[in-house]
Amino acid sequence: MKRLPLIFGALAVTLFAAGCSSPVKLDDKSDVPIESRTPTPAGAGGAAQGAGQSQVTTVNVDKSATTSVARIVYFDYDSYVVKDEFRPLIESQAKRLAANRNQRATIEGHTDERGGREYNLALGQKRAEAVLKSLTLLGVADTQLEAVSFGKERPAVQGSDEAAWAKNRRAELKDR
Amino acid sequence: MVGGRDFDVGHSREHYRGALLHGDGPAHAYNARDLTARIAPDSMPLPTTLASRRRLCVALTSCVALPAWAQFRVEISGVGATQLPVAIARFRDEDKAGPNAALSAIIRADLERSGQFRNLDVAAAFDETSQPSMSEWRGRGADAFVAGSVSRLADGRWDVRYKLWDVVKGQDLGGQSLAVVTADLRLAAHRVADAVYERLTGDKGVFATRIAYVTRAANRYTLRITDADGEGGQVALTSVEAIISPAWSPDGHELAYVSFESQKAVVWVQDVASGQRRQVANFRGSNSAPTWSPDGRQLVLSLSRDGGTQLYSMGRDGGALKRLTQSNAIDTEAVFAPDGRTLYFVSDRGGGPQVYRMPASGGNAERVTFAGAYNISPAVSPDGRTLAYVARLGGGAFRLHTMDLAGGNVLALTDTNDDESPSFAPNGKLIIYASRAQGRDVLMTSTLDGRIKTRLLSSGLDVREPVWGPFNR
Repeated sequence: MKRLPLIFGALAVTLFAAGCSSPVKLDDKSDVPIESRTPTPAGAGGAAQGAGQSQVTTVNVDKSATTSVARIVYFDYDSYVVKDEFRPLIESQAKRLAANRNQRATIEGHTDERGGREYNLALGQKRAEAVLKSLTLLGVADTQLEAVSFGKERPAVQGSDEAAWAKNRRAELKDR
Repeated sequence: MVGGRDFDVGHSREHYRGALLHGDGPAHAYNARDLTARIAPDSMPLPTTLASRRRLCVALTSCVALPAWAQFRVEISGVGATQLPVAIARFRDEDKAGPNAALSAIIRADLERSGQFRNLDVAAAFDETSQPSMSEWRGRGADAFVAGSVSRLADGRWDVRYKLWDVVKGQDLGGQSLAVVTADLRLAAHRVADAVYERLTGDKGVFATRIAYVTRAANRYTLRITDADGEGGQVALTSVEAIISPAWSPDGHELAYVSFESQKAVVWVQDVASGQRRQVANFRGSNSAPTWSPDGRQLVLSLSRDGGTQLYSMGRDGGALKRLTQSNAIDTEAVFAPDGRTLYFVSDRGGGPQVYRMPASGGNAERVTFAGAYNISPAVSPDGRTLAYVARLGGGAFRLHTMDLAGGNVLALTDTNDDESPSFAPNGKLIIYASRAQGRDVLMTSTLDGRIKTRLLSSGLDVREPVWGPFNR
């Protein structure tokens, strides 16, 4: 199994979720313990307040149940069909989840920036549900999964061209 | 406290006055600190020429640079807009009431922004007891004249008085006296502007109403509430996760909205004055697009709990859940017609998203929009006659449109490309909507004919998801 990437990814995603304004760079990781003076437990909300440079938020990797590595399925414009190229990803994830009934996962659907926020939220939901359905057809229990949507509210990439849009039309599978 | 629970913007003078006389205690609706320095009397619209005609044909864009954090700027476009010339004198002693109290400037700005008035310069001193010469002001092109005063009451509040004259008829149209706490002086000015507007146009004014919208800056989302002029801003909610789709309760006390703070879309209802809030929909999947029934007892919203995105109704506290649509398509963005009997909503059951309507309790849906392949975000005017919505045009532009619901006539109100989220003013005379300009998300208002637009100036913030509050506040 991909142990190391998983843990590292969890760390990066947790830092991001803790309120940094941009994804954590690999180089920054080493700075975290060195600068630590007044560690704040994760979840205390300290980092979300926009703390100064001395502030360090302790990341508890054990607790990062909601922030494991994302597995991403990309979609065509205005489509929620899971393309064949993502079959291997879906199959391997289905196998993994079916083998561990206690593992729960969230599938987050996303759209590109074009169109209304609410309609895009519903489109993203459709994408997430398409992935959910693919997984359940391969033996994952429905109760292990939740499909949710962020619509166009959380783009992976900034930009208003097809390259950015293509990266944003996606569904992310995240363990929790 | 103006803006208290039982406040109702009454037409009757007694009610009006009585409600304002309650004006004590903590001012929930206003925060005096926020008001400082936002009022810039010296940057108000320049007086127009004294020799102008009774009715002015406007063919120009008037740009007024206002150094405020957030304010609506008037951008008049097109030809043929008629404007009533009014002369509003400085209120006697208005400068003594502190920085909030540039009452005449606030009233002038309100009337100007409506697009229906043009301000004339008044150099001499007047108050509500003056006897302005009607023939003189007729000669200077005024149709109406307003004068007033501000004075301190024994209990520390302020007595705002004004009088309105019909210059053309040479008639004294009467006035009012409003007693307010310092924090409500801006509200008093808006109420004077509303009274003048109603007296002169026959329509209720919306200057004393509020607008909610979401700003985004440095990856922080903030749900804000401001006066209808974009000033007096206060923060209702702030979050690192997105906030979308705010919706005012019909009594103006609560906002329903969608927050992603728990890493999924959940619908909350928040009491604006107290900040108390409650989750009303946090089902499996996404919970979104809340809207209130006109009686305030019900919410209709979009849930994916049973798969797909479908419409459901519930009590205002989240009980009595009932599924309203049974389609395999997306059904979302519901809004009630003002009579409460019909729901307009967006569905892609016919392929692309279109506006449909159905009985508020569910049932057969009827398609409403036909032109184009993508029509979303419906809003129904308070008189139930006009549908505003956003249409995607051939080139990928998203543009605000209206449809006359009786005749089906469609009108494009803008020439911009990224319009979103239209919402009617409670008097039905203006639509507020989100758009993009100079690489920023901005808020605009438009008259229903699209001729007169204003833009909310806000420095360095992306502004979106506007929704106009009811008359009540």
